[in-house]
Amino acid sequence: MSDAETPPDFDPVAPNTGEEFEPVDVFPDSDDFDLRPGADSCYKCSTCDTNCPVAEVDDDFPGPKFQGPEQWRLKQSDDDHEIDDSVMDCSNCMRCDNACPSGVPLSQMHNTARGEYVSEQMDKLSVEYIRNRILANYRTSAFLASKVPRLANFAMNFGPARWVMEKTMGITSERDFPAFAKQTFRDWWADRGGQAQSRENARAARRRRGLPEDADKKVAYFHGCYSNYNTPEVGKAMVRVYEEFGYEVVAPEQKCSGTPMFANGMLDDARRHAETNVSSMSELVDEGYHAIASCTSCSMALRQEYPELFDIDGIDKVAENTFEAVEYLRIHEDLKGEVQAADVDGDLAEEFAYHAPCHSRNQGLDRQAVELFRDLDGAEVEDVGDSCSGISGTYGWKEEKYEKSMEIGEEMFEHMEHAEGETGMTECPTCAMQMEHGSGYEIRHPLELLEAALVE
Amino acid sequence: MAIESEVLVIGGGLGGLTSALAAAREGADVRLVSYKQSTLRQASGLVDVLGYTPDGDGPLTDPYEAIPTLPAEHPYRKVGVQTVRDALSLFDDAVPTYEGDHTDANALLPTHGGSIKPTARYPAGASAGLASDTRDTLLVGIEEMVDFDAPHVAAHLDATGVPFDVRGETIRFPGDLRADAKVTRYAKLLDTNSEVAVRGRMVPAREALAQRVNPLLEDEQRVGFPAILGDDNPGAIRDALSDHLGVDVFEVPMGPPSLPGLRLEDALFAALDEAGASIETGNPVVDFEGEDRIEKVFIEKNGARIPNSADQYVLATGGFVGKGVESDREGVYEPVFDCHVPHAADRYDWFEGELFGDHEFARYGVATDDDLRPLDASDDREFENLRAAGSVLGGYDFAAEKSGSGVSIATGYAAGQRAAQEAR
Ligand SMILES: Cc1cc2nc3c(=O)[nH]c(=O)nc-3n(C[C@H](O)[C@H](O)[C@H](O)COP(=O)(O)OP(=O)(O)OC[C@H]3O[C@@H](n4cnc5c(N)ncnc54)[C@H](O)[C@@H]3O)c2cc1C
Ligand code: SF4
Ligand code: SF4
Repeated sequence: MSDAETPPDFDPVAPNTGEEFEPVDVFPDSDDFDLRPGADSCYKCSTCDTNCPVAEVDDDFPGPKFQGPEQWRLKQSDDDHEIDDSVMDCSNCMRCDNACPSGVPLSQMHNTARGEYVSEQMDKLSVEYIRNRILANYRTSAFLASKVPRLANFAMNFGPARWVMEKTMGITSERDFPAFAKQTFRDWWADRGGQAQSRENARAARRRRGLPEDADKKVAYFHGCYSNYNTPEVGKAMVRVYEEFGYEVVAPEQKCSGTPMFANGMLDDARRHAETNVSSMSELVDEGYHAIASCTSCSMALRQEYPELFDIDGIDKVAENTFEAVEYLRIHEDLKGEVQAADVDGDLAEEFAYHAPCHSRNQGLDRQAVELFRDLDGAEVEDVGDSCSGISGTYGWKEEKYEKSMEIGEEMFEHMEHAEGETGMTECPTCAMQMEHGSGYEIRHPLELLEAALVE
Repeated sequence: MAIESEVLVIGGGLGGLTSALAAAREGADVRLVSYKQSTLRQASGLVDVLGYTPDGDGPLTDPYEAIPTLPAEHPYRKVGVQTVRDALSLFDDAVPTYEGDHTDANALLPTHGGSIKPTARYPAGASAGLASDTRDTLLVGIEEMVDFDAPHVAAHLDATGVPFDVRGETIRFPGDLRADAKVTRYAKLLDTNSEVAVRGRMVPAREALAQRVNPLLEDEQRVGFPAILGDDNPGAIRDALSDHLGVDVFEVPMGPPSLPGLRLEDALFAALDEAGASIETGNPVVDFEGEDRIEKVFIEKNGARIPNSADQYVLATGGFVGKGVESDREGVYEPVFDCHVPHAADRYDWFEGELFGDHEFARYGVATDDDLRPLDASDDREFENLRAAGSVLGGYDFAAEKSGSGVSIATGYAAGQRAAQEAR
């Protein structure tokens, strides 16, 4: 990046967490994770291997069965066993997790092995480590960039700078950095009047719907980094749809969900963010709120990865009370009926080529959008198949992974091309990036369509 | 609120998928929920109806003829021969890439172990390999795939007295793949026909594979590969290889992980989608509410319990492998609804001393009435609106009889269709 355009405190060449980092032993008390029962229940059927999108294209990647139960055993039986560095090639798509008929906690095994590898075996001065750390701490970069969105948008995609980033840091120059919004979701939320305004809107909606005005309907929105800094329209849609159903929304203090950190073995960073998130969410859960996320990787992190990896007060309670935004309405409202009775016109009266993110698949939500919008007049949602999009968060941003990432995504691109529509749809911000990159389509979130259908 | 449907099918294996498909085609609003991936990914992908009698007689030529002679508690006896036929018709319609529907007789297929297996339906990819076909055969093994030792398989086949000459050769798969590359890696390379390096030159994968086999081919008229020839486009890959080699190409079904099983799973999910059913996978049903009737079931998601309610329910959670039937030191049980599973009280009576003996546990599963409704210990219906299908059922030993897929399809069909009719 050229110095002239660089915001003074945004230096992508050094770890950019804004905090001092001491490499520490991630698992001082390694008894925390006794994964033996999990490893023991593996009967080597290889079902997990048939699900791994990386093993399908990468000749060197030994697959989930090796990364999980086998690597774990090697580690237990031999004190000197070093974790195989191939664990860094796993993209943490978590597809294998969903596959195992025997309930082996594969992604938990991968995440712990990766954490241990990074903390004990990886050179903290290596370009790879530094690069991974910057990618994993997207929130910090985004926070800084959002202060000067126009400048950042320009600088981040400035050709010569990208060339330097690729050469010196291994961040592919093939991709466009996502644009930063002029106004973040949180700024919009505050300008609009925050919780007080939401309460008022929710009450008005309850009156309209003939519900008791003081009905106990309230949710805490975990917007994540992406809908805050890059796609605030998704966050706004979430708020408006929920208020329409009479829910009062709060937007509690929060940090990154940790997803990119898990994938890069930065468990220590992830824990710090998780502590903030769990503490603010668990207080709200005690007050009767449910945590709602619009990004499926965020909901995945709060629901599954947190309790699998960390022991933080209130963590299980938060996991049990976290939902994906559309899922929650499906459970608690007659969403199907309302969508059937509605129609859309204008901007979102479209045929959408829908891709289910791996992390939504893992929560059983891969069919949700297609089934929900089946009977919506004016819009059409077509599933483009069950392949992985290939980007898997930070994976597809790495220079050495870029080609593989596109090879994994090839099937999805082809299906998108064959689909009727020329607008894409998905719940995951990085899948959206990949869809856009591979097809040139504009990508929307199901909440935006829901807003267009249900909100005046 | 609960997530509602008319028919709720629990389990996404062959039994559950057929059940949901039958119910959806009957016009019901169907929802299928399944925990993990089913045993289809491990099964050969062949659809066996009945290869041997419970006494071990066989291979049977006509499975339908033998069904009336089965013991009364056998699932086929509960649903009857005509239902087995109707169920297979539904299957044929939903999975047009399968063959065998032109005859009642079992086809004889070579297995990856070199034996011959009687089966009722087989993937188109296996059809040039039929053991009743008299064309001489070359089997090609891949050096890295130890599960298929072609010369060894050929020798075994020869010893069974097949009416043709068969020879096995082993090659290295073109390109520089790791020694334990996944079957999906081979399939992907062939699907996309990506270029691989062969002696410094880049060649499309299909052509490169054919080039390896060509010099080995003598005057055989067909070539068999282990089942790795593509996931999305197996037909196109076989055609390309046939063109390059100038002979017919077929796949020998393999053990786990099984591409034919995976393709079959995809085809059935696609048919179910087409029929308009809702599908949710990844989370287990853990509990229910209701006394004589099941009112609702609960799906567990990371500690949250999501209620799902329906008028009729189908239990298709599989057998011991699928975790639809479980056992501990105390006994054998069905974990979702706690349906009664008849079994010997003494654990030592569950199995025989011999590894391949006539083990009782192989037949363990829920017992039902003729309408496939599970029965309790005193032969009363457990619930008015619950039917069971697939390998959660007791009374048969699929491995010994070679009847696994057939029973799942037949009982799935019957349970789904009846549930839909009753929900109307
Ligand atoms: C290794 C192997 C090889 C085989 N080879 C052949 C063959 O060559 N020919 C042949 O005809 N048959 C074969 N079979 C048998 C045949 O595949 C099975 O009989 C048949 O597929 C069973 O289908 P199913 O639907 O009854 O059960 P399963 O395939 O076991 O499916 C059960 C499903 O229910 C789900 N489930 C379980 N509990 C719950 C719950 N609480 N909530 C929600 N979902 C739940 C499971 O996750 C699973 O998806 C083979 C089987 C195996 C294991
Ligand atoms: S799917 Fe589960 S049991 Fe099968 S090999 Fe993988 S971890 Fe082991
Ligand atoms: S998480 Fe995804 S990339 Fe990693 S081993 Fe599992 S399936 Fe493969």
